[in-house]
Amino acid sequence: MNELLAVFRRELGGYFATPLAFIFIVIFLFTMGAFTFYLGGYYESDQADLTIFFNFHPWLYLFLIPAISMRLWAEERRTGSIELLLSLPVPLWAAVLGKFLAAWVFSGIALSLTFPMWLTVNYLGDPDNGVILAGYIGSFFMAGGYLAIGSCLSAITRNQVIAFVVSVSVCFLFTVSGLPIVTDFFAGWAPQQVLSTIASFSFLTHFNAITRGVIDLRDVIYFASLIAAWLIACGIVVDMKKAG
Amino acid sequence: MIVIEDLTKKFGPFTAVDRIGFSVSRGEVLGFLGPNGAGKSTTMKMITGFLAPSAGSARVCGHDIVTSTLAAQREIGYLPEGAPAYGDMTARGFLAFIARVRRLGGVEAAKAIDRAVEATELGGVLEQPIDTLSKGFRRRVGLAQAILHNPPVLIMDEPTDGLDPNQKFEVRKLIGRMAAEKAIVISTHILEEVDAICTRALIIDRGRVVADGTPGALMARSRYHNAVSLTLGGQTTVAVAERLRHIPGIASIEVTPRGEETTFTLFPEHARESDTLLVDAVARIAREENWPVRALYGEPGRLDEVFRNLTRSDTASSSAVNGKDAA
Repeated sequence: MNELLAVFRRELGGYFATPLAFIFIVIFLFTMGAFTFYLGGYYESDQADLTIFFNFHPWLYLFLIPAISMRLWAEERRTGSIELLLSLPVPLWAAVLGKFLAAWVFSGIALSLTFPMWLTVNYLGDPDNGVILAGYIGSFFMAGGYLAIGSCLSAITRNQVIAFVVSVSVCFLFTVSGLPIVTDFFAGWAPQQVLSTIASFSFLTHFNAITRGVIDLRDVIYFASLIAAWLIACGIVVDMKKAG
Repeated sequence: MIVIEDLTKKFGPFTAVDRIGFSVSRGEVLGFLGPNGAGKSTTMKMITGFLAPSAGSARVCGHDIVTSTLAAQREIGYLPEGAPAYGDMTARGFLAFIARVRRLGGVEAAKAIDRAVEATELGGVLEQPIDTLSKGFRRRVGLAQAILHNPPVLIMDEPTDGLDPNQKFEVRKLIGRMAAEKAIVISTHILEEVDAICTRALIIDRGRVVADGTPGALMARSRYHNAVSLTLGGQTTVAVAERLRHIPGIASIEVTPRGEETTFTLFPEHARESDTLLVDAVARIAREENWPVRALYGEPGRLDEVFRNLTRSDTASSSAVNGKDAA
């Protein structure tokens, strides 16, 4: 537990030791705002809720979250500090989890800084704050899912660009697996069971369910088990690299 | 404290470390020598648990590195090659992180950091990000990290690489101070370092141990062991060589002119015998003949020559070995 906390603190501090955190948060908030107000036509919608705002989250995360996760392991491998980390008495799970949690908390900080959005809708109208809270929780879980995928894929390479591109691609598949772009490919020949299984892997399906204001246990379990599975895979990748 | 048995590492078809075995006990400083790609770093990476061995075992203070990795790692201080660190952290922040990972808390951690900072003379740069430090300071941050928890076993991959002569001297002094109560393994390219700080030297070549002994014993394998070296001013080589050749017990003489001076190396017939008699004889003749002596000494042997002879196989197949150490 000590080791987990030490890795967590170091990683989280690492974001703020460089301009990375500042730049990321500014761009995150700027694009969130720009998308919601301009692309989403927030004012024109004449609705005092944050549905439009949350609808953009999966697509922004698709590019912004791999930008956080790409450095998690790839950078350690490039600078050689991974040799230090893995020769310290840190259990592998503590290293994997500590890094992931630091990145997750960081994305949570960025997400929570969108609170002016919440203030705005409350000023303009009388929104259902329970639904908004659910949206934030769903968004946070989704960010965790993207991060877990990115974390694992960052461990396979020492090149951050490769880590980024591969993460975006895999995250994209997980995002759209419920949309026609994927389901059409299977429709017609694959049995309905397979089709609905593939569709159930979609971040969008589960995220949209939560943003409607209903935190269903199944959606929570979906994100939790997805995160767990990818982190275990991350641990296996790191461990396999030890074998040379 | 360190017991290595049949340690082997294969990268695909390439065998980087081939059934290496040795042990190091408290008070020993083992110098790990070998050409680039011989398997020095790979061996150290296996002992510290960064790489998993393909076969064989490594035990540190009784803990097997594979089956009880964490227990073994707690006993080790490790300076990896190139002294990697988290460059965005300050030196102090980095050492504090290491202290937390090493389960040192509060006062204990502060004490440990102070001690390590003092030993490595890092005081002036503690608040600077490691990325902004010079190579010498970064190396010392790595050293401070390795000795922070006062480990019984210290493993250092080229601890003096990239340091200037003053810093090298300080690091050697530091290692010397710690030597009595620890088992220390260092790898190095610098042969004089072995003579200066190691109680034992292990030469490996292409993954195998080719020599294991005290620096003195290794030097005794040199053909220069107990040879006598005489340097004279001027260039009266022929007559001098002729005169030296008549000393009883001389097997052969090598003459090396260098500028205004000439060096004669006299090889005795029985290299195992002490050279003092021979030195005396040469000195007497030099006085009688009134030669302009610049230097006269008995050679202990040349480590670089022993090293080259033992590891020459490398040059023949260097293309197959190059770079594999980094993998």
